[in-house]
Amino acid sequence: MTFRKLTTADYPLAEKTPEVVRGKRGKALSDLTLAGVLSGEVTLEDLSITTDALHQQADIARDAGRATLAQNLQRAADLVDIPQDVIMRVYELLRPGRAETKDALIAAAMELEQTYGAATMAAFIKEAADVYERRGLFRRRY
Amino acid sequence: MSDQQTGRANRWKRFAEWDDRPLRLDKFAVEDADNGFAAFSSRHDPAPGLVMSADGVASMDGVAASDFDMIDWFIANYHIDKDVADEAMSLPPLTVARMLVDMNVPRNALVRLARGMTPARLAEVVAHLSAIEIAFAYSKMRARRTPGNQAHVTNAKDDPLQMAADAATAVAFGFDEIETTMRVARNAWSNAVACAVGASVGRWGTLFQCSSEEAEELKIGMAGFTSYAETVSVYGTEKSFIDGDDTPWSKAFLAAAYASRGIKMRCTSGAGSELLMGYHEQKSLLYLEARCLCLQRAMGVQGTQNGGIDGAPVTCSVPGGMRELMAENLIAVWLDLECASGNDARPTESEIRVGAKIMPYLMSGSDLICSGFGSILKYDNSFNASLLNGEEMEDYLVLQRDFEADGGLTSVAEPHILDLRSRAVEALSAVFEELALGIPTPAMKQSVVTASGSDDTQTFSPRDVGVISDAIQARGITVVDVIKALHARGFSTEAENLLKLVRLRVSGDYLQTSALVRGGLVLSAINDPNDYTGPGTGYRLSAARRDEIVAIRDVLTRDEVLRSEAIHQPTEAKRIRYRGIGAAQAGGDPAEVVIAISPAFGTSLFRTVAGHPLSAVLRELIAGIEGGGARGRIVRMMHTADTSFLGLGAAHLAGSGVGIGIQAKGTAVIHHKDRLPHNNLELFSNSPITRLEHYRRMGVNAAAYASGLRPDPVVVPTRGEALGSRYHARVSLIYAIETALIVDNSPPEDIEISFLEAKA
Repeated sequence: MTFRKLTTADYPLAEKTPEVVRGKRGKALSDLTLAGVLSGEVTLEDLSITTDALHQQADIARDAGRATLAQNLQRAADLVDIPQDVIMRVYELLRPGRAETKDALIAAAMELEQTYGAATMAAFIKEAADVYERRGLFRRRY
Repeated sequence: MSDQQTGRANRWKRFAEWDDRPLRLDKFAVEDADNGFAAFSSRHDPAPGLVMSADGVASMDGVAASDFDMIDWFIANYHIDKDVADEAMSLPPLTVARMLVDMNVPRNALVRLARGMTPARLAEVVAHLSAIEIAFAYSKMRARRTPGNQAHVTNAKDDPLQMAADAATAVAFGFDEIETTMRVARNAWSNAVACAVGASVGRWGTLFQCSSEEAEELKIGMAGFTSYAETVSVYGTEKSFIDGDDTPWSKAFLAAAYASRGIKMRCTSGAGSELLMGYHEQKSLLYLEARCLCLQRAMGVQGTQNGGIDGAPVTCSVPGGMRELMAENLIAVWLDLECASGNDARPTESEIRVGAKIMPYLMSGSDLICSGFGSILKYDNSFNASLLNGEEMEDYLVLQRDFEADGGLTSVAEPHILDLRSRAVEALSAVFEELALGIPTPAMKQSVVTASGSDDTQTFSPRDVGVISDAIQARGITVVDVIKALHARGFSTEAENLLKLVRLRVSGDYLQTSALVRGGLVLSAINDPNDYTGPGTGYRLSAARRDEIVAIRDVLTRDEVLRSEAIHQPTEAKRIRYRGIGAAQAGGDPAEVVIAISPAFGTSLFRTVAGHPLSAVLRELIAGIEGGGARGRIVRMMHTADTSFLGLGAAHLAGSGVGIGIQAKGTAVIHHKDRLPHNNLELFSNSPITRLEHYRRMGVNAAAYASGLRPDPVVVPTRGEALGSRYHARVSLIYAIETALIVDNSPPEDIEISFLEAKA
């Protein structure tokens, strides 16, 4: 879904602009009811945030003058569809000494970019790889 | 000559008494910057500076880009805003400091400047401010207008039933967020379910976190039980960071991961952590903290848990430590971060230091005043005792009332609390039964509902809790299962409340800076921005909120005082009778002592503040006078209720020239007719501790004065009790009853009294 660029005037979206909010499987906020949960129509997946919502909140954050928060939310948007185990694996790899070479991080970045289209996060990880190399972080911790 | 030889004490005894005070359990450290013990400045702190080149930052705070460590690199590349840097860094630090406390300089202008400032400069600026200036600047600079508060909900047994009851209780007291953690790591899932269910009782919208190992915490969040996280710690030196097993990138990745799961998140940093970890690089606490905070803004997290936190006790051991904690919080909000402002780990055993620590925050407000007010008892706090705990909750409620300051909490009536606790325990029991996780017995449930802490409970064994927790995790139970179980067992309101909380994730509105939920609506720095520009602006107590804050329990009213006095009227009527027998004249008997009683004495009021029946008091006075060889006469004054004039008036009527004046509340004076009104012979002003024996001795002394002797004055011993705080509200109401009966120019009347039974 694409929407106009949202601003602080649209916030909070769920209260002021609910029509732009959709669950992960396309359900409107008004469909996310207790009856829906009980009937099984509404699942935990429907109650998850979406890439769109994160981009929308990033736009609002930027409009509020919070560029770095917006960047974080954009990186988050990249991670929405990445499975939990992959996220935890990449997080672990980013910790000091887990990757023994720069290549391991670069490979993880490539995987995120190529498998999940997470270009923003991939660039972020490559940047980490450069700094880790310069600061000698590719060394065993245990 | 040794003191042993002389036998003289070798010490001012006061020091020994000071040694025994709780304060002396606190240990203080000498200022020693070389070893990391310096709050605001160290000779190893860099001089603030920023050199920009076409590629970005060429050097920052004395470090060339080629020498940047990870933290420098991250700050230089993500925090420093090149469009503002030159302007911000060229302003004299003192000028900026003055702008921070200038109500005419709007918050936004200062937030903009902070984006162009280096850590060393930010620290230098706030170091110019005194404690009161920091507090004021904080109230102006914090991001969200409405203040809030966070609670710890834990217990020593990791008991899920108590967790649920205490979560519901914390919600009722008004906490916006509750945070739990475990004694045993594997109990995380049980804690999460219990708190999530408990927090859904009463109202919805209290955000909940389960502080555990990073991967585990994220998993619990993904299962839908939690709505925020704050244990993502950052540090001010590279070595501490690595020792903490992370980097700015791994933490920023984690921050994004939380947001990608729709979970609100803030980082944690605070003075003293580098010191505790042994990698302080000889820098001041504030400078290191400024680096942490710039880093957090750089990472794009919306907020920070900041202000010492685990390092608060060591920070408070150095000179200026508490001021430093305030200063780092100020940098946090100046950097436009939500601030859960510490007031967390208990930094002292001194209740005075505790009260002093919280006051600036209570007055200035904060996004979350405590980043863990221990809503449970100290021994149940699995994070360690907080600055304020369950024991001190009412002190805090009263401070709110004293200063008409919104600390985020509201008093709750006793019966209501019991209902909520019971409901929470029943709701969790229903969920456990429905999901075949456990079957709490009625005895277990009852013990938890009324328990103040886990010492009072008979509940699940530690082994049971582990089994429950493992089962929740192993079976992949999610919040959806819990919502269904609640509904199936008739807890539809709680099911709905829990669903509403989870549904917040879909729009992500609460991912914005300083977001919380009030009255079912999301409130953040975007739709509730702090707009302080002087008196009449910013956060003000609404009339409704003020009503909530003043409504503490057990408040005295005039009706109540009159009611409790009236209870004593019939009993006194059986003991004594007062009969007016005509206008009182001056007596001629040199052995006569006159006792003047006040207008309400025995007519509207029947006992002293100490609780002695007025009949007994009169009996003792007369017995004392007669025992001293004099004779007593009683008159009632209606033209005054003032002790001095009652006494002096009595003295003028007495043949001996000595009189006693006494008010119904028990305050009394011995007077002589030749003395000035307020220069009496003896005054008995501490009526709450004046006992019957004192009244008897008062009579004896009056008789002695009457016969021209000079007796030892009666001393009513005091141990320094705060009598005013205990009695003045009641005394004022009682005295107003006396003064209301006064009839101007009314002449004194002789009173004949008859004692109707042997003893009161």
